[in-house]
Amino acid sequence: MGPAIGIITVFMLIPLGLMAYVSILERGEYGGVIWDQHTTEAYFAFLFDRNLDGSVALNTDYLSIYARSFWLSVTTTMLALLVGFPTALYMALQGPRMRAFLVFLVTVPFWTNLLVRNYAWILLLRNNGLVEVTLRWLGISDGPIDVLYTPFAIGVGLTYSFLPFMVLPIYASLEKLDLRLVEAAYDLGANRLQALKRVVIPLALPGIIAGSVLVFVPCLGAYVTPQLLGGSKSLMIGNLIQNQFGAARNWPFGSALAFVLLAIVLVAMIAYALRFRRAPGT
Amino acid sequence: MTGFKKIALAAVAAVGLGSTTANADELFLYNWSNYIPPDLLERFEEETGIDVTLDVYDSNESMLAKLQAGATGYDIVVPSGYMVRTMIAQGIAQEINASELENFSNVASPHDSPPFDPERKYSAPYMWGTTGLAYDSERAPELEESWKEFFEPRDELKGQIVALNDPVEAWNAAAHYVGVSKCTESSEDAEKILEVLENQKPHLAMYSSSGTIDRMVAGEVIMHHMWNGAAHRAKAKRESITYVYPKEGLDVWGDHFVVPQGAPNVENAKTFINWMLDPKNAAEASNYTGYMNAIAGSGEYLDDSLKADPAVNMPEEYADRLRPLLDCSTTARELRDKVWTQLKK
Amino acid sequence: MARVKRNPLWTFPGIAPAALTLFAYMYVPIIILIVFSFNENRIATIWTGFSTQWYGIVLGNDDIIRAARNSLVIATSAMLIATVAATFAAIGMTRHRFRGQDGINAMLALPLVVPEIVTAVATLLFFVLIGLKLGILTVIIAHTVFCIPFAYLPIRARLEGMDPTLEHAAADLYANPWQAFRRVTLPLLWPGILSGAVLAFIISLDDFVITYFVAGAGATTLPVYIFGMIRIGVTPEVNAISALMLIISIAFVTLSFLIGRIKR
Repeated sequence: MGPAIGIITVFMLIPLGLMAYVSILERGEYGGVIWDQHTTEAYFAFLFDRNLDGSVALNTDYLSIYARSFWLSVTTTMLALLVGFPTALYMALQGPRMRAFLVFLVTVPFWTNLLVRNYAWILLLRNNGLVEVTLRWLGISDGPIDVLYTPFAIGVGLTYSFLPFMVLPIYASLEKLDLRLVEAAYDLGANRLQALKRVVIPLALPGIIAGSVLVFVPCLGAYVTPQLLGGSKSLMIGNLIQNQFGAARNWPFGSALAFVLLAIVLVAMIAYALRFRRAPGT
Repeated sequence: MTGFKKIALAAVAAVGLGSTTANADELFLYNWSNYIPPDLLERFEEETGIDVTLDVYDSNESMLAKLQAGATGYDIVVPSGYMVRTMIAQGIAQEINASELENFSNVASPHDSPPFDPERKYSAPYMWGTTGLAYDSERAPELEESWKEFFEPRDELKGQIVALNDPVEAWNAAAHYVGVSKCTESSEDAEKILEVLENQKPHLAMYSSSGTIDRMVAGEVIMHHMWNGAAHRAKAKRESITYVYPKEGLDVWGDHFVVPQGAPNVENAKTFINWMLDPKNAAEASNYTGYMNAIAGSGEYLDDSLKADPAVNMPEEYADRLRPLLDCSTTARELRDKVWTQLKK
Repeated sequence: MARVKRNPLWTFPGIAPAALTLFAYMYVPIIILIVFSFNENRIATIWTGFSTQWYGIVLGNDDIIRAARNSLVIATSAMLIATVAATFAAIGMTRHRFRGQDGINAMLALPLVVPEIVTAVATLLFFVLIGLKLGILTVIIAHTVFCIPFAYLPIRARLEGMDPTLEHAAADLYANPWQAFRRVTLPLLWPGILSGAVLAFIISLDDFVITYFVAGAGATTLPVYIFGMIRIGVTPEVNAISALMLIISIAFVTLSFLIGRIKR
């Protein structure tokens, strides 16, 4: 167990510690930080606005950006689960050769580049794009579909980006499915739904949780896909923080924003662990 | 398992052996993507025997952040003018005395003595351009040469406009329109700018700085907040695309060669810069990028399409509409960032 | 693993269509991508005619080839190291119960939570602080760090609820821990390890922000190169190189099949 912990401690925790230190430093005149001047101004700025006359007002801008990203991540995770679970089940039920093949099949598209995949979606979803042309040809729809640059397009694109991360962990859990258990359930009079509920899903649960984490958490920081498919009219957490290291050149603030995010996720994880804590040995 | 371990070790070893020390005849160029013709670099390699390795960045800010965090290894970077001032102030740029290079005499005024580096101790000019508006004259009536058409669009243009997805560009355009300084530290001014931007937002198709050329050529939108070189490249594919120099003022910017501190091949860097100050080479770069260079005498080597396009070959009467980019104070930058967040929240 | 004789698929109707939908969903953009790589037009989104010129340009463009090669080397290395480390970590975490386990879990998932730009700048600052010269190695290190949770979670999920009696049986039969691991645990874990490795690989292949900041001169990877093109405009060159990457991945899959066949 050592190596993983070691690698992460040295190359993640220590750099993060550096950034935590940065977040309480004074910002540099031209960007960067002044290493010996400390202030908690960055954290203060997350919630409050300091007006010119010195008064302080609550600023909910950043909170609404965070809320938007959270909401988007939740939706994406749900969608990925909806499409991913049946697929993982399908994969787990195949013969051994087919199973390995399907694992690769699920990930081969991701050998291409994120940007290129997003451009393909733009080609598909835009007005006069391929989806619209196909729908018109099939006689289903007439006019412009107006899908691109809406939240729907972002949802389609984001779910697409995270599919393998939901499918594969569920598959890994489900693969151990012993169909004799399902047969036994039927023999004992259960119908399909009950068999699903009592046998398959509990087995898949660790995979579902793993997949959900692997989709939800990175999705919080996603900004390329939302930007390209959504028209960039609203900021995500990712763009906001990126800006701080970019045009705004406010490293302490960017760092503070990241730690606020970290804190929120940690609190959620702790709450989850406390609620669902299982006894040792189960 | 052992097989895997063997492969892993081999891979790490190969990588370790691969990273050699800097060769005497190397140059590490760090530039915007698609901003220098590959053929030009090849010709440089043939003429001087120096092997050029090109790495890319996507924005001044990313490049600055990386250098500020302490990254080294690059011999030449290509920042915009306002960034050069920052780099000099932070000690990131090296003194190379570009003004003493042999070909420096080719540099046309005022590029030989810019406000951020009057003696050209640290930098040498590459390309320069403007940021204005481009629209498809076939699909729109003739527009007034003003930011008004952009911020308070006519009915037929509503929903057919794209603004650059950049806080600096948005702020500057609005500042010109409202008539305040781009580096204002006053919150009243910021309020006015925010108002203009917020009023514009519902009429925009989107904010985007990528794929601008493709978008205009495809006819997806009628008007685009655009750099002049991009407008030129778009015009090459769609004749009706016209570039506008708004009367309230528009940004003029330049990109310059700078040698960062800790560059491994300073002499090769100087050779390269000197070489790029030659009219023929500068013209080849211009022909490729669609932007003007700063070298006198390059005119005869320029493509006709460049000379004929007012977007690139700016008519004299517009000269007083040009406003240089400035690097603003922390307070101003904070205001700008707040406005951007408010706009997009 | 026991399998019933008759076709199990009709046990759960509807999942075959669902799987088919998913694969269609995944591959339609890819097909578009490939088709447009043969687009004659320089502008990636307007089709004007068939041409293979972009493949010629890509193969002649040393910078993009170098970037693609770097990407593959880095992804492979990061995947291998991360998967090995993650496997041991997963086994260690589920075999024993000890205090601070939740903390370790959180730590292993940490690279997922921190926004990439912050990790990027933090890691760069750290490398500069310890005087590590930027290059491909620094990219591999940084990638390994964020690949670990992607490898760890599927393996861990696989392990949970797995029957430890098989390993105990192996021990009873006088297998030493290494043999027990190789002959019993590893095959049982294999779907989890494969899933984790593959996820680690693709996440490394696509990374842009972290790579950008910690790469040394000459260590540009494909995503960094492509993202740099955004400002001027993406040409079908990018489609061509992506299609080439697809060919490489398919070749790799085919190769591993053939090897699997020979082994049997």
